[in-house]
Amino acid sequence: MQAFLDIFDIYLLEAVINGILLGGVLALLALGLNLIFGVIDVTWICYAELVMIGMYAMYFMVQYYGLSYFIAAPFTILLVALLGALLHYLVIAPLLTAPPINQLLATGGVLFVLQSFATVAFGIDFRNLGIRLPVLAFGDMNFSYARLLSFLAALVGMVAVYLFMTRTFTGTAIRAISQDRQIMALMGVDTKRMYIITSALGGGLAGLAACLLVLQYDVHPFVGLSFGPITFLICVLGGLGNFIGGFIAAFVFAEIISLGGLFSDLEWGYVLAFAFFIVMMFIRPAGLLARRR
Amino acid sequence: MTGQGRLAAWAVGLAALVALPFVYRDPYHLHILVLILIWSFAYTSWSMMGRFGLVSLGHGGFMGIGAYVTALLWNHLGLSPWIGIPVSMVAAGALALVVGYPCFRFRITGHYFVLVTLALSGIVLQVITATRDYTGGSLGYTPNRATTNKLLALQFDDKTTWYLIALAVWLAGIVVWHLIDRSMSRYALEAISEDEDAAAAAGVDVTAEKLKITLISALMTALAGAIYCQYQMFITPDTVSGIAVSLQMVFAAIVGGLFVSLGPTVGAIITILLAETLRIGFGTKAVGWDNLVYGVLLVLFIIFLPKGILGSVLDRLKSQRKVSRTHEQEAVKIAR
Repeated sequence: MQAFLDIFDIYLLEAVINGILLGGVLALLALGLNLIFGVIDVTWICYAELVMIGMYAMYFMVQYYGLSYFIAAPFTILLVALLGALLHYLVIAPLLTAPPINQLLATGGVLFVLQSFATVAFGIDFRNLGIRLPVLAFGDMNFSYARLLSFLAALVGMVAVYLFMTRTFTGTAIRAISQDRQIMALMGVDTKRMYIITSALGGGLAGLAACLLVLQYDVHPFVGLSFGPITFLICVLGGLGNFIGGFIAAFVFAEIISLGGLFSDLEWGYVLAFAFFIVMMFIRPAGLLARRR
Repeated sequence: MTGQGRLAAWAVGLAALVALPFVYRDPYHLHILVLILIWSFAYTSWSMMGRFGLVSLGHGGFMGIGAYVTALLWNHLGLSPWIGIPVSMVAAGALALVVGYPCFRFRITGHYFVLVTLALSGIVLQVITATRDYTGGSLGYTPNRATTNKLLALQFDDKTTWYLIALAVWLAGIVVWHLIDRSMSRYALEAISEDEDAAAAAGVDVTAEKLKITLISALMTALAGAIYCQYQMFITPDTVSGIAVSLQMVFAAIVGGLFVSLGPTVGAIITILLAETLRIGFGTKAVGWDNLVYGVLLVLFIIFLPKGILGSVLDRLKSQRKVSRTHEQEAVKIAR
């Protein structure tokens, strides 16, 4: 018992809570990706790069044009939503009938394009907003205010999407398409329009994530690679297209990374998370919440 | 082309390739050729799996293991690369089996397979970065220079030797490709990529066939990594492992042509020449431009030319020949 108490110290509690806060943003990212996968049946490998572009947009609007953070945020969300719709229109739509692997690889090409576009246009310097939010001290534990804010904003974003999906006609149509692609077209739903709306919605969620991440992390062209892979793994672990599974998986992953980082380097937290993912794939191939067939 | 004519063309082409460094000695151009040959070999290894619909993003991991295990054994244990390279290949092969077996056994295919292998290359990259006390982390790693026996250390100063080594390795890759192309495994794997259940019902051992091709592909990729390390004498986690390297393999193989033996080679020639031209043309300003062009090309190719450059050209030639043949037959019919 004493040994247990020794491990369960204040730093552990801090790491656990930080993990939960990190999980909020990851869950938001996973939600956007899951939405697109569930409805259009496409994996956007370049999803994290859309977030990166959004982070740059925030940086330029706030640093160069002196807009306030809260005015810049809606513009960023709109911009990335537009990018999402454009991505669908230009790249995914011509490939809708192609093998799924081709769609995945095409978005891999978009990943290269966005990354190197940022390198060419903005250089490889690390940039940040220069907004330093206070640190919240709670007893002996320290939490960054930015993380708390992102967590809350992510929750609000997710609830808004939930309401949109369940309370509006468009949302209902989107959910119906994810259940049966062919039939919905016969029911008089314009699937093409729904795909564009879904893509824009997914992009908008990436934009919201960008507004939140830019508070905590420096932006550089390769920032997508630091949280992109983890987002995919979360979605797969939760079951691609399964919103609730993705939500739970995000917190599982965030805790593994946070706790792994507590006991050792942050990289080992990631290694642990990746290894956990591979093992889970073998135990539950269709995701955490999938029913055994 | 008849079988004999084709063989003769290969023989002449090969003789020209072997003779090249003795006639033409420009070190820079030879360097580019060596790079093209090594990467062609790596891309060919990837395409062995890719052509059967097994799209892996884990090959960056295998390549990283090949490079780092060889270099670490040499620096820390003084083990010659002649032993180190087989050891690194065995390590990569073992990893491929450990991840591959459950993947194929539990029917993880399509998106899921891509993302599991993506996690694999993520793990290798993070482990290399995390063990920075041994591997130098993201700053890179250099094998110690051999002072006495260069052959034992597999370190050569002249480009001609490296060119011949790279040529031999590349050729071995092409030969393996053709051996698989002619084997029963090819038909089994093609059947599997069409429909796993139907293939299994027809008596194909799906798991065993997939494991076999994955193992061969991983071993070759590790060899490519080791040779690259020995040639460049400097490796960083980002140049030999990770997701970017995996995507680079996918890209080159698709641009060149996945389904023909020289496709990945054509892909390597195009990508490396493009990168070098941009680098020389724009200097340090070119940072990022090559990937920008790659990315646009990749998207365009997947949409408009999914068989790649060489694949499409060969297809065109073949269909023309077929067309002319049908004309002959029709002509005969009319004459009758």
